[in-house]
Amino acid sequence: MKFLRMKPGHGEILIAEGDVDVREDEERLVEEFRRQLDAGMWAAVPVTGGAGRREALLAQQFDDVPRDAERVIFFPRAAGGC
Amino acid sequence: MLLALGATAIVILTLLGEVLAPRAQELLAQHRARRRLEPVDGYDPGRERRAEARARMLLKSCVNDEEWAMYRDLGFIRVWGGHARRPGEPTTAAGPAYAYLIYPHKPVLAYLPQTGRLLNEYCIAFPDETRPYGSARLPDSDDVLAKWMALTADERRLVETANLHLPGRQLDPRHVKRDIWRLRQWERERARAACGEPQRGGRVSAP
Repeated sequence: MKFLRMKPGHGEILIAEGDVDVREDEERLVEEFRRQLDAGMWAAVPVTGGAGRREALLAQQFDDVPRDAERVIFFPRAAGGC
Repeated sequence: MLLALGATAIVILTLLGEVLAPRAQELLAQHRARRRLEPVDGYDPGRERRAEARARMLLKSCVNDEEWAMYRDLGFIRVWGGHARRPGEPTTAAGPAYAYLIYPHKPVLAYLPQTGRLLNEYCIAFPDETRPYGSARLPDSDDVLAKWMALTADERRLVETANLHLPGRQLDPRHVKRDIWRLRQWERERARAACGEPQRGGRVSAP
């Protein structure tokens, strides 16, 4: 599983990577996940839904991320703009 | 005689120098200032282009083929509203089909595809306050992807977070209507291409 983070001037950057079936990796991913959410990020997992439709899941905690997800994308929390 | 002319010439040159020297120095300073390279708030067009190229690849890997082609060809993505019936689906308790147009760094626009009626503008931003290069602004395609993910994952939350405005506040309704028309034309061409028919362009006049 890869953790990607959108960043101005960068595009996405890889912030963590690991195998969720390996205990040490999973703990590291959980810690990084919390750190990103504490820093004001939203976490989304691109998935393929019913009828092959592409969509995303917003994960509030690491347990919300499907175990087989290949990547989690962190991006700044939405705010009313304009 | 020659001595007198020479002395007069020297006097004239000295006087001209007195008059023209400040102006010449000013022009030289302006010229140097124009040629001086100064960073503008850390903005680097090369870096921004590379960031945008990466963002486009990420967007392409997340959305479906049609949405990617739409963004590549038209510059925006349409996302169907999650609380409505889509064209071709059986009539249920859900309301009529509505959809959103996602533009980079512009409001998300809700509209009715059947009639082309514009509903609302949802002003939403994803500011990165860490400002790695002095700007909180994501690359264009990352902004589109962030909106797409937020809309497809939790439409209600995004709509509630956004500042709601009537159409026309930020997006020119004439441009949006033209985009909706372009989208219809684009879909027809894709449908024809999928059926193996030759492409026909420019037969319908734009609104």
